[in-house]
Amino acid sequence: MSLSAGWYLGLAALVFSIGAIGLLVRRNVLIMFMCIELMLNAANLTFVTFARVLNDIGGQAIVFFVLVVAAAEVVVGLGIVVTNFRRRSTTVADDLHSLKG
Amino acid sequence: MLHLSLAVASTRPTWPDILVFAASAAVILVGAVGVVTSANPVHAALSLVMTLFGVAVLFIEQEADFLAAVQIIVYAGAIVVLFLFVIMFLGVDRREDVNVEPLAGQRTLAFVMVGITLAGIIAMLATSHWVTGAHQVVGPISGPITKATGAPSGEVAQLGKQLFTTYLFAFEATAALLVIAVVGAVVLARRPAVSERDEHEQGVSP
Repeated sequence: MSLSAGWYLGLAALVFSIGAIGLLVRRNVLIMFMCIELMLNAANLTFVTFARVLNDIGGQAIVFFVLVVAAAEVVVGLGIVVTNFRRRSTTVADDLHSLKG
Repeated sequence: MLHLSLAVASTRPTWPDILVFAASAAVILVGAVGVVTSANPVHAALSLVMTLFGVAVLFIEQEADFLAAVQIIVYAGAIVVLFLFVIMFLGVDRREDVNVEPLAGQRTLAFVMVGITLAGIIAMLATSHWVTGAHQVVGPISGPITKATGAPSGEVAQLGKQLFTTYLFAFEATAALLVIAVVGAVVLARRPAVSERDEHEQGVSP
């Protein structure tokens, strides 16, 4: 049988941390989006692990909805990136300082 | 399929399970670090595929076959392709210097804060009894969905049953959400009409 849940949860925590560091450190909006996907995947792994440990299909159902919401989020987010690139010709978050006083 | 789920806690992991977990954990971590450290966005997207594949393997390892398939099809097949499409479409696939730190001390602070968070999570996992609450609130992972012989069993059947009964409202809400997202993407990506754009450019130019 599969390993105990602690290993999976530890791995998910590590992946979540790497994603969070990338989101804070990187300046490219596209890569920041990919880091958000990493964090969502870590959460999904946690949900599936708890679904197995508690023998409850509800955890897997939540992961299904997370997938759908992530797809919608990426579609709208990349639409915003494309629109912004047309106006300012950049995908670097630091260059978006029009509102700076 | 394993139908002895109640005996999960007492059975010890076998060598193939340990090897699968170790290999996919290595793949996941290498991919995740690759996403964060790649100078080229295309390389970051390909590293993301690597991580998603490893997570799909761990889904299969934990009796979530349907979600593993969906993970590959939706994430690796649609979302990452969308990322790559936007990267190529905008022509931003050039390298950026990842060693430049525009905000002094920001990276150190990010590492410290995320390290504190990770330490907190690990400490919580190590010390507290994290599996709390009632088992099987919604339904079991596998097993026949009706009493009839020959009824579909397994986690795909269970997931389908729960999605269309317990989570029916949420399921329909995601349908509405997807329609809204598609319409929003079309509106965002649509080029403004020529006259409107001219007005905008006249207004912006000094």
